[in-house]
Amino acid sequence: MSADGSAAPSHAAGTTGARPGAVGFLTDTTLCIGCKACEVACKQWNGLPMDDVGFTGFSYDNTVDLGATTWRHVAFVERAGDEAGVRATALAPFQSAWLMMSDVCKHCVHAGCLEACPTGAIIRTEFDTVVIQQDVCNGCGYCIPACPFGVPQLSATDRKAHKCTLCYDRLRDDLEPACAKACPTDSIQFGLIAELMPRATERVAALRERGVDGAYVYGDRAVGGTHGIDGLNAFFVLTAPPETYNLPAAPELPQDKTLPAFLSTAVAALGLCLAAVAALRGRR
Amino acid sequence: MADSDCVVIMGSNMAENHPVGFRFVMKAKERGATIIHVDPRFSRTSALADIHVPLRAGSDLVFLGALVNHVVLSERWGRDEFFQAYLRHYTNAATLVTSEYRDTEDLGGVFSGYDPDRRWYDPTSWRYAGQRGPSAGTGGHPSQDAMGRTEHVGQQGDIPHHDETLRDPTCVFQLLKRHFARYTPELVEDACGVPPELFLRVAEAILRNSARDRTTAFAYAVAWTQHTTGTQIIGCCALLQLLLGNIGRPGGGVLALRGHATIQGSTDIPTLYNLLPGYLPMPNATQRHGTLRDYLEQETPPKGALHALPSAVVSLLKAYYGDAATPENGFCYDLLPKIGADYSFQAMLLMMKDGAMKGLFCMGQNPAVGGQNAVLARQALANLDWLVVRDVHEIESAAFWYDAPEVRRGDVRPERIKTEVFFLPAALPGEKEGSFTNTQRLVQYHDKAIDPPGDCRSEAWFLDQLGTRLKRLYAGDTGPRGRQLAALTWDYPSQGATEDPDLDVVVREINGYTVADGRPVPGIHALADDGSTACGCWIYSGIMTEDGTNLARARRGDDRASLGWGFAWPANRRILYNRASADPSGRPWSERKRWVWWDAERGEWTGHDVPDFPRDKSPDYQPPPDATGLDAIAGDSPFINMADGKGWLFAASGLRDGPLPTHYEPIETPVANPLYPEQPHSPAAITFPRPDNRYHEMGDPRFPYVMTTYRLTEHHTAGGMSRWVPWLAELQPQGFVELSPELAAEHGIANGDWVTVSTLRGGVEARALVTPRLRPLSVGGKTVHQIGMPWHFGFGGIAQGGIANDLSALAEDPNSRIHQAKAFTCALRKGRLDEEGRGHR
Repeated sequence: MSADGSAAPSHAAGTTGARPGAVGFLTDTTLCIGCKACEVACKQWNGLPMDDVGFTGFSYDNTVDLGATTWRHVAFVERAGDEAGVRATALAPFQSAWLMMSDVCKHCVHAGCLEACPTGAIIRTEFDTVVIQQDVCNGCGYCIPACPFGVPQLSATDRKAHKCTLCYDRLRDDLEPACAKACPTDSIQFGLIAELMPRATERVAALRERGVDGAYVYGDRAVGGTHGIDGLNAFFVLTAPPETYNLPAAPELPQDKTLPAFLSTAVAALGLCLAAVAALRGRR
Repeated sequence: MADSDCVVIMGSNMAENHPVGFRFVMKAKERGATIIHVDPRFSRTSALADIHVPLRAGSDLVFLGALVNHVVLSERWGRDEFFQAYLRHYTNAATLVTSEYRDTEDLGGVFSGYDPDRRWYDPTSWRYAGQRGPSAGTGGHPSQDAMGRTEHVGQQGDIPHHDETLRDPTCVFQLLKRHFARYTPELVEDACGVPPELFLRVAEAILRNSARDRTTAFAYAVAWTQHTTGTQIIGCCALLQLLLGNIGRPGGGVLALRGHATIQGSTDIPTLYNLLPGYLPMPNATQRHGTLRDYLEQETPPKGALHALPSAVVSLLKAYYGDAATPENGFCYDLLPKIGADYSFQAMLLMMKDGAMKGLFCMGQNPAVGGQNAVLARQALANLDWLVVRDVHEIESAAFWYDAPEVRRGDVRPERIKTEVFFLPAALPGEKEGSFTNTQRLVQYHDKAIDPPGDCRSEAWFLDQLGTRLKRLYAGDTGPRGRQLAALTWDYPSQGATEDPDLDVVVREINGYTVADGRPVPGIHALADDGSTACGCWIYSGIMTEDGTNLARARRGDDRASLGWGFAWPANRRILYNRASADPSGRPWSERKRWVWWDAERGEWTGHDVPDFPRDKSPDYQPPPDATGLDAIAGDSPFINMADGKGWLFAASGLRDGPLPTHYEPIETPVANPLYPEQPHSPAAITFPRPDNRYHEMGDPRFPYVMTTYRLTEHHTAGGMSRWVPWLAELQPQGFVELSPELAAEHGIANGDWVTVSTLRGGVEARALVTPRLRPLSVGGKTVHQIGMPWHFGFGGIAQGGIANDLSALAEDPNSRIHQAKAFTCALRKGRLDEEGRGHR
């Protein structure tokens, strides 16, 4: 693998840069029934308030997105009719006409939020998860544009950044995270990445065998070129392109763009300086 | 269900309303099972299915009837020796029916015995040939106003006639074949709006997955029951599953998904007016039920497991009345109330509205939102003298007098409402101990995690207090009520800070105990009819071991029947009639579907489950002609609750609307009945035509759309436990209707717009959710649009919305007295309600 993480997919598929002992989520959308028990269990365990977005008309999604007070969010994508209004009755084996995906913080192997945080509030825990320490966060908001998935958000109440902690307090007590505990169909599975990743690749192979040609793992080193992120500790089995679920096809760390940005700024500045000097000389 | 090879979910939105149970469907799917969802809407259940069949709400019986017809005409079914053996040995296919019987096909849509003036059937002509006189349990005419127990046939010594060749035109098999002959794929297209090729795909999947080594399961919920033909729809499915050999076998069956925690428990130990605990019939003033002797003679079938009824009834009376119940006074049978009219919930609403009923206890129910014709339901509440509402939030049924839409509009003034409302705070599940009985009759106990706050109390506490205080209040009263209360045993010790009654004592009473020493009895077989045992609910007997261990607390699971997990009544059996999982000679039908079998060496039934058969009855046992009870059941007859031991394809007694399932249109329908144009609706359906409960005529152009109501994962029933909870309220924050893009376009409705839906009962406004998950259907050459509306919402709590049940009408299934809420007609327009609250113009 090269330094920028752009390895050939054939070598990277099913691999992750997760450190030994890292834990995370495998969220298998082909088992999701859209019950939102994960959203409720998360809010209940973590004491998060309702968002009160109101009726949106976006299918059955009335919490819209991950945010400071919504750390699990179930996306609903209706595909029951094609553009001509024709509806299928024979369905691909798993969840083809109404996609549901429980989204969550990805706990990236190289986390943009952590790298951008100037106060050290965002840390990597002993479980290899990424957690914002609320007593250190000063609410600067640098982590927000640094996340390629739009996960952390500032709370309107305490003006600090919040996101999924992967139930750090539960992990300390040897309990699985609340969302995984509540999931009735084991769509959300918690465990060691070293065990979850092979399970995900086996699942994809089994799904393809059963005719779900579009199944793939989102969040290993290969998929979508998680450039520089080197894998997600919360990864997904998906059956449609990432954009369908409002996920970036090629998530990038903004930090990777700083050197070219710095260079281009420097060049521009130099050019301006030269132009200014030239102009002043011309006036003389 | 995890053992099924094909799961058909119909009349249910299982993934949304039973998400935890749906994990077993997902397990079956992981093992390769085909999942089929037949439903008007594409729901979260459909999303996980392999085939979704959109059909017109109210046409289920046509679809099922066509499956029956497809099966009996199929070549493989006719020659497969498994189907034929199951049919001949385990069902009543070969039994002959009396020659007086006439089918709907002969009489233009009614069966013989119909009385058009009283709108009911005399079932005498439906009996088996060779059966003398009226059936036990069907003495005289079944009253329209009450329900008795009626599923027994014949008197002692009766030998029904048979034709083992199944060729006699009066044998059950020929009758049903003829009855369903017109239920073709073309009829399915005409009545359900389902293309023939889609129907055939489903039929073939079911047939392919029913065999010696394969099983298909059906799961349904209230979208089958809530029709005027609900019982017949379910009966048709049972008939189909019997034909396919899918009853009594692992991965088979007809599963009733129960919609609330322990709603199964509340029919077992019933909150129903016509039943005593354990499905014993309530004494009825219109039947020969005057004395205990009369009642037992009338209700005890001579043959089958239910012959033990006297032990159950006498033990129940001993549990109720203790020492006061003696053989000399008929065990205080005279103190039991005798019903003589319809006291179903619909009938109660009308009695309240008309002033006949003065008071109501409302616990775990929210009729101001959940009652059918909820406008009328609120008028009924407003006409009471007193109303007690126990709930965890101030639900609409407690707040209607100052907050209902008609009060907000000014149509009703609070000072004119005389009802005195007592709102009492209730404990939540975690704040009380108790049991849940679920779909598979599995009783699971749960402990209290924390004491309830403040004055909140459990139902057990409230009812214990009520009983204690009523007894005190009526002490010394020698009238019937005073005698009744004085005789009641009511001595539950209390415990803990909340002084809840000790529920172990209640469980012991339910299980049954020996009167002499109070020790729990070991099971149903130990109950006696001489007053030496007491038992609160005979079917639960065995839930407590003789040393007082409550088996509902057991938590040992395994990959088979999990007999160590909870307690499934009766006798911890997980699959009823599981003798049918072995062939007539007692061998498993196949290794793959092995469940219960005859161990010839040891001379007993054994297997993964508790055998639902006398343990030592040999498969070749033939009863002598004068045998009674279980001795009258042959060794190859698994259905031991039936007098003949057979699964009934033809219901010779027990049903009020016919011995074979027949399609009738809902009371309100946009289309004619394609089978019987002269008989559009069920001739035995219970209707309440009156000015405050008007029905739409068939095809009324003002109300062209089919409306169906349902629930969402995010909310619970009428919302009392969910719409006030912020985390649930935000997930579905507002009432809405689901419309197809085609229907929305006709009215210029955009997604999210306000729309008004109305009927002659009322009008409600809601937001439009325009989605291709609903689709117009072509029914009989006509386009039928369907509108879906969740019925959770009301005017209280955080998540509010128009009350869907303001639109529905009171109408009932004659067998179950369940309301029709899954198919009626309505009008739709863009925009909000007008100021008068009128929907239609």
